[in-house]
Amino acid sequence: MSLDPATVRRIASLARIRVTDAEMVTLQAELNGILGWIEQLNEVNVDGVEPLAGAAGMAAKLRADDVTDGGYPERILANAPDRAGAFFAVPKVVE
Amino acid sequence: MSLTDLTIVEARAGLRGKKFSAAELTLAHLEAIEALNPRLNAYLTVSHSRALAQAEAADAALARGEAGPLAGIPLGIKDLFCTEGVRTTAGSKILGPFVPPYESTVTANLLRDGAVFLGKTNLDEFAMGSSNMTSAYGPVENPWKRRSDAGAVLVPGGSSGGSAAAVAARIAMGGTGTDTGGSIRQPASFCGIVGVKPTYGRCSRWGVIAFASSLDHPGPFARTVEDSALLLASMAGHDPKDSTSADRPVPDFAAACRRSIKGIRVGIPREYRADGMPAEIESLWQQGVAWLRDAGAEIVDVSLPHTKYGLATYYIIAPAEASSNLARYDGVRFGLREAGDDLRELYERTRAAGFGAEVKRRILIGTYVLSAGYYDAYYLRAQKVRALILRDFSDVFSRVDALLTPTAPSAAFAMGENMDDPVKMYLNDVFTVNADLAGIPGISVPAGLDANGLPLGLQVLGKPFDEGMVFSVAACLERAAHFSALPTLRAGVTP
Repeated sequence: MSLDPATVRRIASLARIRVTDAEMVTLQAELNGILGWIEQLNEVNVDGVEPLAGAAGMAAKLRADDVTDGGYPERILANAPDRAGAFFAVPKVVE
Repeated sequence: MSLTDLTIVEARAGLRGKKFSAAELTLAHLEAIEALNPRLNAYLTVSHSRALAQAEAADAALARGEAGPLAGIPLGIKDLFCTEGVRTTAGSKILGPFVPPYESTVTANLLRDGAVFLGKTNLDEFAMGSSNMTSAYGPVENPWKRRSDAGAVLVPGGSSGGSAAAVAARIAMGGTGTDTGGSIRQPASFCGIVGVKPTYGRCSRWGVIAFASSLDHPGPFARTVEDSALLLASMAGHDPKDSTSADRPVPDFAAACRRSIKGIRVGIPREYRADGMPAEIESLWQQGVAWLRDAGAEIVDVSLPHTKYGLATYYIIAPAEASSNLARYDGVRFGLREAGDDLRELYERTRAAGFGAEVKRRILIGTYVLSAGYYDAYYLRAQKVRALILRDFSDVFSRVDALLTPTAPSAAFAMGENMDDPVKMYLNDVFTVNADLAGIPGISVPAGLDANGLPLGLQVLGKPFDEGMVFSVAACLERAAHFSALPTLRAGVTP
């Protein structure tokens, strides 16, 4: 299957990446190239195969539901592009 | 012999024998970095004063007789490992101003054992690439030169190209990397050094900037197999902060390097041949087979029938995981921010300005294969093929102890080559990617030179958590290969 410009726009919007019209042309060709190459997986017979999410091969570990870290807002906020007191600041979301 | 030429094993003995101090050893490396790095661009950040302070602490510990196993050993750290108080960029503009308030577990383990960090090494942006060309901070020059064309600037491989080039050029005694599709083993092969990708879960991923969480494997670079074993022993170990970290003891990997391989069974997978692969790589592989046979190993022809589907599987799973992991770079809590009138515009402009072309491509592919209506056709199918790739390895490892293959389908290529089509670049990882999908340990050992005088690596793969066997076979190859060629650009040689 081949991605049309509208689909590429939709994906870019889902991914929250602004794409210019010039970039669109290249991206569409490249993404279609990659997806076309990936199509080879359709020749593999996967009937009855359980999907594998990861190689760890271990059951997820449980730990006590305790607070073991935190309590240092200054360190957390040290890299913030913008802040207001002990909070991250963003453009107004609600009028 | 200059201090920068020593192996880690030799430097440890020299430090303990008081032949030189850790401060002298670190200074020799810092001076070599100053001379070579403007050309190689292997380091993005050089931690001059911090490294000297760590070296002085190592000297004090050595004097007290309390030195850790890596006391005073100068290393280069891939700029994907968060280092407390030292800028960490992941090779991306989006993390340009980021200074982590914490230390990754792997680097904390190395510091616990007394290592000195010379600085942070260059890499493909977010570890996405096989040439180091996608770094937002410029490419890395491979210190090796083509005999026929000494003017050509070659890539060091990727994504851990800075660490590999630094270790090869002797501006680091060892280094750290991460391997998601081949990003330790392929640059090791291109730069004529040893690179180890351990079993998934052996080294904690905590504090390593995530690319594809089910595939990311931290591991070491060094110039000898035993040096790499010493580094891995320090980096490895259970970490409660990483839920996929393996709660298993860490064996003595260095001892495994001295173990005989007499009587072991080594499989030669017939599918590890690529279109257009130089005849030299095929013949080096056959040479490797002969070396192992001479050392007493039994050679077995084996088949891993789903090998050829590994790359396509990877290019669904890795972008899918990346699209999720990289969602956190939104200009709000850390890193770059581009102003916008509303929050959505802020996100979109920040991510458009902060990510490079390859990262954007992968995020978009990942977003697409996970989106409603396509999940089953792409992502779920890829997870099933991944299960078949693991099954191939499990079947074969019921009959053999290790596998021998080439590491990469070519020697280092020049900057500009393989750049016209993303898929062409992806093919670099054709021999390494399946071990990442299956989580099994692997190593690349420099084993020979091509007609142009460029290094070529052989790869040894082993059973999960049997790095010991991988080290035994790799050390055997190393002893037989007597690899002693040196890169053109290296410490002590005026560029």
